[in-house]
Amino acid sequence: MFGYTFFWSLVWDKLPELLEGAKLTLEITILSMIVGTTIALPLALMRRQATGPGYRFATAWVELARNTPALFQIYMGYFGLGAFGLQLSSFLATFIALSFNNAGYLAETFRGGLNAVPPQQFSAARSLGMSSLRAYMHVVFPQVFRIVFFPYVNQLNWALLNSSLGSIVGLRELTGATQAAQSESFRTFEFFIVTAAIYYLMAKVVEISARLTFWRLFRS
Amino acid sequence: MIEIKNVRKSFGPIEVIKGVDLTIEKGEVLCLIGASGSGKSTLLQCINGLEPINGGQIVVDGVDVHGRKTDLNKLRQKLGIVFQQYNAFPHLTALENVALAPRIVKKASKADAMKLATEHLEYVGLSSRANMRPASLSGGQQQRLAIARALAMKPTYMLFDEVTSALDPELVGEVLDTMRKLKSAGMTMVVVTHDIAFARETGDRVAFFDRGTICEVGQSRQVINEPREERTRQFLQRVLN
Amino acid sequence: MKFQLPYSGLQWSDLPFLLTGIFHTILLTVVAAAIGTVIGIILGWLRESSVVARYILAIYVDMTRSVPLIIQFILVNSVFSLAGLALDPFVVGVIVLSLYMGVLTSELVRSGLQSVRPELKKASRSLGMNYWQELFHVSGPLALRTSFPSWVGTVIALAKDTSLVGVVGYVDILRATQILINRTNEALLMLGVTGLFYFLICYPISLYSRRLERTLQ
Repeated sequence: MFGYTFFWSLVWDKLPELLEGAKLTLEITILSMIVGTTIALPLALMRRQATGPGYRFATAWVELARNTPALFQIYMGYFGLGAFGLQLSSFLATFIALSFNNAGYLAETFRGGLNAVPPQQFSAARSLGMSSLRAYMHVVFPQVFRIVFFPYVNQLNWALLNSSLGSIVGLRELTGATQAAQSESFRTFEFFIVTAAIYYLMAKVVEISARLTFWRLFRS
Repeated sequence: MIEIKNVRKSFGPIEVIKGVDLTIEKGEVLCLIGASGSGKSTLLQCINGLEPINGGQIVVDGVDVHGRKTDLNKLRQKLGIVFQQYNAFPHLTALENVALAPRIVKKASKADAMKLATEHLEYVGLSSRANMRPASLSGGQQQRLAIARALAMKPTYMLFDEVTSALDPELVGEVLDTMRKLKSAGMTMVVVTHDIAFARETGDRVAFFDRGTICEVGQSRQVINEPREERTRQFLQRVLN
Repeated sequence: MKFQLPYSGLQWSDLPFLLTGIFHTILLTVVAAAIGTVIGIILGWLRESSVVARYILAIYVDMTRSVPLIIQFILVNSVFSLAGLALDPFVVGVIVLSLYMGVLTSELVRSGLQSVRPELKKASRSLGMNYWQELFHVSGPLALRTSFPSWVGTVIALAKDTSLVGVVGYVDILRATQILINRTNEALLMLGVTGLFYFLICYPISLYSRRLERTLQ
């Protein structure tokens, strides 16, 4: 179009590098989700307290995560900690920022899920003779799990897409790898269309696996 | 006059109205009774074209409701309808609720619409609530508001779809009083109801709906006190006990 | 910006630069939110009322939500330069963010319209209102009321997403900060100011919208 010829073969040559980048994208996404989830659970419980130092700490975390851009958080890790003598790599800065964000948003998701299960469920379980632990494990958490499943997958999708921010501080995940790969030939459009397709594929795989998993777990 | 001629209606594979014939004369109050799911509410919504029909014809004052060339919006101005719940527009005050349709459908001026609305709110006894939103009104008041709103369009016929079924018992009376007042004023009414006492006292005729057809129809006192059909008798026995 | 030595400290003359960054962030947010909302209302109505539109738009919505915003910025930029039109970075930002906002808003409008109780629509049509009168006077206002708190949340998210326009050369506050950090090494101070800026804009608004949501229940 417009007398422009597309050079797809250039992209094809660089495909291995792009896929390496995609691999890093997946790694950083999964790791940040694991860390984020682990921190989110205690944060959610602290938020349910409604008062006390735990509540204040958790609230500060959540509000900072929700009211500042992810890129800002990456800059904080990459540039900001330099003042304290800490020189974080682009990977660490991105990973920590993503985990921080995941933890904040997931804490709210989990809190919402816990609130959505009526307390009568717990009382009913106890009245049937279950211990607190059993009541939580067999009655409350399965319901919470079902409620938070898709919001959780949404967060996973967010982490996957926003890992691309790492490229701005030099990380060679998929976007960063693409930036580097196209810097020789400047075929920006061809390269990034392919990258967009790769992201789309990854996001779709996540979404379809999630739906299948939900269907298999919660068949009714 | 409303003429319902051999009307059939299906929802997908399920036929809910299986050939119904009914005529409603000007000035009469016809009550439709019957078990839930027997097709009464659906028939009501077919009369003003909210629901399409699969067979037969409904003619209101000579106009085929489901005719291809029928101006349904115009026809509906003759047919007021009140539903079981969620009638009132929640984002408007009572006065605005009643004034809305006259203003935008009949192109009345704002002043005329407001005057009309005030009169009708007074008719149903809601003058003191004119500037309140439906959320601040009781269920009975909301239903009376819905009646006022329908009346403001000066309909020839009023259709009532189980308007007291969702109300707390103590609020039912005020709505029924309003309906009796309407009857005294000579309004033609088709009332789907579970309230057998109302059907007997206020209805002129009663039609008993059973599984998609009219099992029995006649003068209200006769159908309810001395039903001719066995199924009518069984239904009334279940309901009145 | 007047000539500065590399790695010179922070000067007062940097203040206008920073303020311009702030202005750009706010400008981009407001313009993209406004255009995006209009697009979103139209798209949302289309998706709700027409099955054909729903399927066609579903593909577009799907793509917008599965491709990182950065990539969208870069792609739009490169498409226009391929066509020989060198677009102002602001315009690229507006295009991408408006479309993004449009997609998100259409989601809200669609579910807002669906949440209007069918009896209200039936009552309106029974009073003789036609389709457009009902939409304009009953369903529309109700749908907008229901979706307002979420819309506010979306605008806040948009404000944060403007931080990505730096990749196409538009100098918003975060990009301005990055430039100043590279020159002055005053990372903590600059980031502190920027973080405070974002927080002061987003936090009060999100508190307000949460309070709104609670009163709507």
